[in-house]
Amino acid sequence: MSWDLRDLYQETILDHQKHPRGKGNLPDATHSATGFNPLCGDKVTIQLRINDGKIDEIRFDGEGCAICMSSASMMTVSLQGTPVSDAEDLFQRIQKFLTANDESAAMEDIDSLGDLAALGGVRRLPVRIKCANLPWHTFNSAVHGEQNAKTE
Amino acid sequence: MIQELPKISTSLFPKSDFPNLLTLVNGQPLAYLDSAASAQKPHVATEATSMFVEHQYANVHRGVHTLSQLATDAYERVRDQIKVVLNAADRNEIIFTKGCTESVNLVAQSFARPMLRPGDEILLTELEHHSNIVPWQLVAQSTGAKVVAARIHNSGQLDLEDFKSKLNANTKIVAFTHISNALGTILPAKELTAMAHAAGATVLIDGAQSGPHAAIDVQDIGADFYVLSIHKMYGPTGVGVLYGRLNLLEAMPPYQGGGSMIRSVSFEETTFAELPAKFEAGTPNIAGVVGLGATLDYIAGKNWNRETWVSRISEIGNYEATVREYGVSLLAEIDGLIVHGDAEEMAGIISFTVKNVHPHDLGTILDQHGVAVRAGHHCCQPLMHRLGVPATARASIAAYNDLEDMDRLAAAVQSAKELFG
Repeated sequence: MSWDLRDLYQETILDHQKHPRGKGNLPDATHSATGFNPLCGDKVTIQLRINDGKIDEIRFDGEGCAICMSSASMMTVSLQGTPVSDAEDLFQRIQKFLTANDESAAMEDIDSLGDLAALGGVRRLPVRIKCANLPWHTFNSAVHGEQNAKTE
Repeated sequence: MIQELPKISTSLFPKSDFPNLLTLVNGQPLAYLDSAASAQKPHVATEATSMFVEHQYANVHRGVHTLSQLATDAYERVRDQIKVVLNAADRNEIIFTKGCTESVNLVAQSFARPMLRPGDEILLTELEHHSNIVPWQLVAQSTGAKVVAARIHNSGQLDLEDFKSKLNANTKIVAFTHISNALGTILPAKELTAMAHAAGATVLIDGAQSGPHAAIDVQDIGADFYVLSIHKMYGPTGVGVLYGRLNLLEAMPPYQGGGSMIRSVSFEETTFAELPAKFEAGTPNIAGVVGLGATLDYIAGKNWNRETWVSRISEIGNYEATVREYGVSLLAEIDGLIVHGDAEEMAGIISFTVKNVHPHDLGTILDQHGVAVRAGHHCCQPLMHRLGVPATARASIAAYNDLEDMDRLAAAVQSAKELFG
């Protein structure tokens, strides 16, 4: 094998896939959106309860591969209780980390990403970047009042 | 069970005939199990195509000069070959298109659209891929007709009773796949066609998957329209075939306007050319069609005829069934693995899911082992919904695959299972 599959499926990813955090329904959500990847069929719903500029609660639900589901699970951990402006800033850093062509630019903020850095394995597999990114785009759509998101 | 099968030491088509099969993928020899998406191309056919392009090429059906005549002869020879492949009654029943999808759209727009009335029904099956659903939905939207789908059993077998019950006086079109791309189910084309005809409907059979795996006889089946995908038959991309019954094609208006399809043009009036030119507007994929001819020669050997073609393609179908049976027997031993599709007649497709391992993750892991499979909905979202799975992994078998490819598939699936614990 040219590289170790463990670079992609790190323990953190597998752990979040097997024991998802923040999974479920949020009946009193103020914002929600559903993201769909038409290429592979991954589907994620993100629900938020935003109060006074802060994400009081965040939940995800859906069906998809380990990368997509773990990304969603880790995202709920990162965003729970944070100000919306911080969450949007993290969204931008994640975009750069996952999609920047320049490797050193992508790695600039890696220390600030914590567990989310485990998603970096997809940088080697362009077709899987969308899997990792779908929950984040869906979050972004939810915050901006769009009900549908996709990464195609 | 494994021991009882004949041991195949080499594949029916030598892998060395297909340069791309010798590529290392992620440092591993390639086990290419995605031929149902697109098949690899034999070197002799691509070489013959470039010989043609470099030494005989010109536009067809136009010039009186030598090269134009040579190119026209080369192009038209392939129409005769496809007539034999399908056992059509007349060479003018063979139309070259840019793909199987265009062939279905041509029939939907030129045959169905002028004829359908509000309340008419188009009967499909739950096995169809999007190319045999969406063209009909488009034509239904513009005519007020309705798309209806016959159910399948859990095995992937078509529910014949349901099919029969959905045929009625309103059914004007029946369109179904000959072989399911997602599960491998082989449909009883002749029986379904007879039932549809008895109800007064016109029948289109989607042969996207059957072309490279089964002997096809459009006259025996009774098909009104039959479509082929050439890139799935080891041939080039950008070429499709539409077979249509002569009287139907003659009565249909052109699909697209342009050069080649006219007899005379003035700004007041245009009269259209005879078949097959009427449906081949513009310069066709000349090199692609010539490449198809060379591909058919590779498959069946030089100077093949109907009898040798049928014998060869049946040999291919039987060979692939043997490889499939071996593959299924290996996969069946893997705990938590489910093979979807267990109809009475199955082509060389193994669609499967593994407990706790999503098909996309399987696809990535298998790829790292050099095993190329399709992971996803196979352009069959309604079918995936029916099976209650978001997606499956699909290994599709061609004549260049061998038992070792199945061993490697099973080993790679096993390692995926271990990774996900």
